[in-house]
Amino acid sequence: MTGPLQHPGYDEEKLRKIAELLPCREVQAELLLSLMGQPEHRSYPAIFIYGHRASGKSHTINMIMKELELPHVMVSCVECLSVALLFEQVLLSFFGADAAALLPRGPSLSDFVRIYRQQCSDSPAKQTRYIVSIMEKAEMLRDTDANLLPALLRLQELVEDNVSVILLSEIVWDKFRPNTGCFEPLLLHFSDYSKGELQQILSKDRHPSYSAEFYSSYINILLGVFYSVCRDLRELRHLAALNFSKFCEPLEEGKAKESDTHKLWRNIEPHLKKAMRTVYLREVSSLQWEKMQEMEEKEAGAVRGLSAHTHVELPYYSKFLLIAAYLASYNPARTDKRFFVKHHGKIKKTNFLKKNEKTSNHLLGPKPFPLDRMLAIFHSVVDSRVAPSASIFSQISSLVTLQLLNQASHDDQLDAPKYKCAVSMDFICAISRTVNFDIVKYLYDFL
Amino acid sequence: PCPLLCEAAHCTSGVFVLQIQSCKRERDIHLLELLRRTALHGESNSVLLVGPRGAGKTMLLKSVLKELLKEKDVNKTLMQVHLNGLLQTDDKIALKEITRQLHLENVVGDKVFGSFAENLAFLLEALKKGDRSSSRPVLFLLDEFDLFVHHKNQTLLYNLFDVSQSAQAPIAVVGLTCRLDVLELLEKRVKSRFSHRQIHLLSGATFPDYVQRVQSKLWLPEQFPDQRFAHEWNNSVKVGLRVTVAKPCIKPADVLEASRVCFADAKANMLHGLSILELCLIIAMKHLNDVYEGEPFNLQMVHNEFKKFLQRKSSTIYHFEPAVVMKAFEHLQQLELIRPLDSPGARTQREFQLMRLLLDTSQIMEALQKYPQCPTDVKQWAMSAFA
Repeated sequence: MTGPLQHPGYDEEKLRKIAELLPCREVQAELLLSLMGQPEHRSYPAIFIYGHRASGKSHTINMIMKELELPHVMVSCVECLSVALLFEQVLLSFFGADAAALLPRGPSLSDFVRIYRQQCSDSPAKQTRYIVSIMEKAEMLRDTDANLLPALLRLQELVEDNVSVILLSEIVWDKFRPNTGCFEPLLLHFSDYSKGELQQILSKDRHPSYSAEFYSSYINILLGVFYSVCRDLRELRHLAALNFSKFCEPLEEGKAKESDTHKLWRNIEPHLKKAMRTVYLREVSSLQWEKMQEMEEKEAGAVRGLSAHTHVELPYYSKFLLIAAYLASYNPARTDKRFFVKHHGKIKKTNFLKKNEKTSNHLLGPKPFPLDRMLAIFHSVVDSRVAPSASIFSQISSLVTLQLLNQASHDDQLDAPKYKCAVSMDFICAISRTVNFDIVKYLYDFL
Repeated sequence: PCPLLCEAAHCTSGVFVLQIQSCKRERDIHLLELLRRTALHGESNSVLLVGPRGAGKTMLLKSVLKELLKEKDVNKTLMQVHLNGLLQTDDKIALKEITRQLHLENVVGDKVFGSFAENLAFLLEALKKGDRSSSRPVLFLLDEFDLFVHHKNQTLLYNLFDVSQSAQAPIAVVGLTCRLDVLELLEKRVKSRFSHRQIHLLSGATFPDYVQRVQSKLWLPEQFPDQRFAHEWNNSVKVGLRVTVAKPCIKPADVLEASRVCFADAKANMLHGLSILELCLIIAMKHLNDVYEGEPFNLQMVHNEFKKFLQRKSSTIYHFEPAVVMKAFEHLQQLELIRPLDSPGARTQREFQLMRLLLDTSQIMEALQKYPQCPTDVKQWAMSAFA
């Protein structure tokens, strides 16, 4: 099963090289080669390869095409904003710049097929030509031009040439199938890497000045922290590269030896946990992360992540406006009397309503409220007497600009504007702490 | 013997489609007669070939055309125009293509026509040669006929059928489509000009028929060089799908393996590659669907459900920041395993946007069985009826 790659029609030496470049993907490569057949023969018109991100799909195809020197063109749907770019790239790669220049302005599929047919009658394909399309943002193929995908699948029939279309995608084929059906491509699945395979592949990047076992133990620890969250090979490689210097720190400082796995683990584990909160989420750029590692522990805390920028310092009344907005969003209107009026009667809430989590407003999201309600709540929570002056209203507008409040009504409605509060619970708790206001006491969900 | 085998296989079948047996059938003869009448006797006709995908409509047409062109008279005078609904998406493009295929580009030159009908009449007029009283017969073959129906005003179809009803020029219009209800898509005026002649192709083959056809395709002919190999091969042919160098003979085990690959549930394959956090989120969504009977959910609800599961366990392995959970959620959205209810507006925050799960409970349970090193408590949580 996992013998060396063999295929008549291709050089054995080249096949061996491919097998080396594609670790853990021998089965898929073999299957692909057997589907492609010998280069002079006609290949299956359409092949659809699906699998998770970074599971080696484009890498495998790339390597096979390059090493075996097959005529191919790689087209990415992200790059080809319009079909004209797609057509140009294909004609350019297969027939040269002159053919691409023949395309009229705003070419249609009909023009493309016609020019292709003309060109290939002049230079027929001696080997199968491959069009490899990476469907990352496959909306282009699916939505804008509904005919493009079925036409591409039938391209071999339409142009009567030995051409084969290979589609790579993260999304399963069922989502792409058009309504009235089309020529069904052969489906090929690139399975995800197992933990062992990930270890094997990641260990290949080892640093020359350290031993292989040392690096594998590092990878082991890295996988231990990140594997349950992320199995994307690209992300893991990036994280491995970023954090390796920190891992080697105790060795360089002479505090530990290569075999002191426990010490090394204790050193790196909190660091990796921190990485999960910051670099993994792209809160901090990789450059900032590397700088942070060089600085001392105390100074490192000063670097702020991206979302920290929303914690701007607000003026005193703005904070209360925000708190009032939050209360207006997350408390039902009928409960205002209980919270904000000095002498209130008891409101009956049935046990059922309270216990049923589905209606918990914190799960459903903020509700829109009229401006008057927010101002009423504001005046009752603010401790001093505040005159409703223009400065208060302009602070509301700046909260909207900061996107801490969202406008829920149309721009035209000037007399009864509605707003929604767009901050999270943690944020508002932090703000209320700074003004010594116990917000939890005023929230209906936490009664 | 293997290279020869591959060569034979690839040469004989240009396309991996089952060929209809070449015995003459009623409909072959019927279509052939129709087209011959147009080509030789100047009669105009229109016909639709209707059948599901892969039923052999194009095959049938090709074989009939080949038969037709064997006659010298037909070969000399008949002109063919091949149009495809996928390529000619517009009537203007279609008209240009017709002009091109009739080799009348120079004749038309820079002329501007008032309407489609004028243009078409001019083209057909131009086909009249010297002393002939009527123009040459033209055969219009419209592939993916149901797509032409969506053009504006169905101009092309109207004009073609109009010409086929009037005595302007002898044309035959043959449409191929996979939609059975294609006649209902035609406008009234177009439908009335159509001859309502339809040829239905239904595969109607039983399993033994299917086996026999595939066998006949894979069967090696007597001229094959290595007789002994051919004999062995023919013996082992039942239904084959994949041949590599290492496995020159097809065995039943191969067939089972290949069928497993073909029929594998694609979504289950993708579920296999999810991280544990993402899998837990999917199980939480499944529980929400069970309790609230398929109502849409948002990230906050799913996270809440997940936290309830974590509360019951004492270990802290799965405690993640909300932002990390958000990233996992977005990954699921990217894989189209969940889908937002409406298009994302700027009005709702991401955590509160309502989504639907596009997976079935059985798919999830099956994927869980196959998931590598699935922790037992996660499995038990999935199986438990009450979250």
